Amino acid sequence: MGSEARRDAMTVFWQILIDGFAISSLYALGATGFALIFGVSGVLNLSHGSLMVAAVVAAWAAGDSLHAGPYMGAAVGVAVGFSLSLLTYFVVVNPLQRTRKIREEEKEIFILTATLLWGIMIQQLIAYFYTDNAKTVAPIVQGVVAIAGVRTPSNEIFTAIVCGLAIALLWLLVNRTRAGKAVLAASMNPRGITLLGVELSHVYVAVWAIYGVLVGVAGVLLGMFLGISSYSAGPLTASAFSIVVLGGLGSVPGALVAAYVVGYLETITAYLISPAYRTIPALLLLILVMYVRPRGLLGRR
Amino acid sequence: MQISTARLLLIGLGAVAVASFLPLWASGYVLGLLILAYYFGVFAMAWDLLFGFAGEVNFGPTFLIGVGAYTAGILDNLYQPPIWLCIAAGTAAAVAGGLVLALPALRVRGPYFGLTTLVAVLMLQNFIVVDAHLTGGEIGLTVPDVISISDTTNYLIALWFMAISGAILFSLSRSPVGLILQASGQDAVQAGALGFNVTKHKITAFVISAFFSGLAGSLLVFYLGSASVGTFIDVTVGVQIIISAVLGGRRTILGAVLGSIFLIAMSEALRPLGDLANFIVFGMALIVVLLYPNGFFGLLTRTREDA
Repeated sequence: MGSEARRDAMTVFWQILIDGFAISSLYALGATGFALIFGVSGVLNLSHGSLMVAAVVAAWAAGDSLHAGPYMGAAVGVAVGFSLSLLTYFVVVNPLQRTRKIREEEKEIFILTATLLWGIMIQQLIAYFYTDNAKTVAPIVQGVVAIAGVRTPSNEIFTAIVCGLAIALLWLLVNRTRAGKAVLAASMNPRGITLLGVELSHVYVAVWAIYGVLVGVAGVLLGMFLGISSYSAGPLTASAFSIVVLGGLGSVPGALVAAYVVGYLETITAYLISPAYRTIPALLLLILVMYVRPRGLLGRR
Repeated sequence: MQISTARLLLIGLGAVAVASFLPLWASGYVLGLLILAYYFGVFAMAWDLLFGFAGEVNFGPTFLIGVGAYTAGILDNLYQPPIWLCIAAGTAAAVAGGLVLALPALRVRGPYFGLTTLVAVLMLQNFIVVDAHLTGGEIGLTVPDVISISDTTNYLIALWFMAISGAILFSLSRSPVGLILQASGQDAVQAGALGFNVTKHKITAFVISAFFSGLAGSLLVFYLGSASVGTFIDVTVGVQIIISAVLGGRRTILGAVLGSIFLIAMSEALRPLGDLANFIVFGMALIVVLLYPNGFFGLLTRTREDA
């Protein structure tokens, strides 16, 4: 191997390492909230992708077309993610959890169907008002830096840092505050926590609020990274779903590990084989894990 | 109280007989819509057998349909054998697909199985896009033959195919086999302890569901004259099928047809509104799911009981 070929190989290696890290961090942030909700209330929220797209489009509309600037745009995006998440809980999920018309064991499929319908409604509304063209949010940080000889957009580094901070904050919240500890306890044993006098519905609202912020932040960052259109909603939900299953349903640490596994697997495939095959190895891995270890990498059940 | 099987079949037969005379006065446009609704009705009934009775959350009804439709279409495109041979091959391929899908169902449950089926759809979609020389990729596959170019003939084929499939699936659901499926869907361990072979029954349910999905998919290819990811495989198509079944009333089989006719008629009636039309249709579906979880069929049978 000539020295030039070796240098090329090294460049590709660093490129994969850096690009993969940024993508994986985004996946991790997106999937954490999804895993948290499942862990606490057993709800799989299939409107996840639509909520993210809504945050992107809101950030784009405020920041780029109304010229409010990138910071204001990002704030609007997060606010929209937060409010839509609470709306999802109060309009769609909570009525189904309380109803007596549906048998308990069938509620799961009803919540799946209802959140799916809700997600499609959001998606269609976005397409109606803002067309289904891809939107890119103007990044807060611009410019390019060289890391190990690879020209990297500063935005990628910014994304990775914000994701890391958000996840660290979540960890602190869950492990160090009283309300957070209640959430953690509810994810372990919902019945036990009601015996301790904690109102379970308050915990649910808290979880959906946390989820809303995470979805908003992840959405806005994603919008600065890639062009997002209303078509992206389905694939975004699918990727969060598969990361969470891979990591073990309801396990937040598992979701984090799985996010990096999937993110790097996709990046490696895109660089070394072909971008057309990008998602296939991750899907194969998912099937394999489900056959060998159905509860996922770090799942408890 | 359930309405008796014989009486419901009789009502259904009456409705089909009346619908058979529709081509006498309905326009080709209306017939075209109804043909689609009938085929989607079969898809939704096949899905209801798996979900409503076997308790398997199948997010990938389009995996079975797509395998059937594309097998039939590709075969016709390559060698032009008689159409019935293509349809038979498509159905057989879908049944094989059903067996593949049944394997994980025996191991994993609930959302895990749901995800496996979703992954199956995404994989199929990926392979179709990547193997563009064989499948036509994202543009779609054009088949050289169609069953008939007459709207009336196509309409009657679709109608009677739906009627016969519906009668078979419905009788099956009300038969002892349907009860055993329901029991194993609700509590597999207890059903096994009562001496029923849960594995055998589940596999049977998958094979039957796959048979009707594949057959309907292959027939639809030769009606449309083309196959594309957007019409047969995309996750949104699967969602439409699931919504039809839930709207019509799950665990009723026949309700699925009502749901699919409603869904297609509504999206067509509201088409001038553009993207807002789908918003309204899915919004109505959400309201039905939230307020009337038993669907149209539940409403119908309840009012009859009250009367």
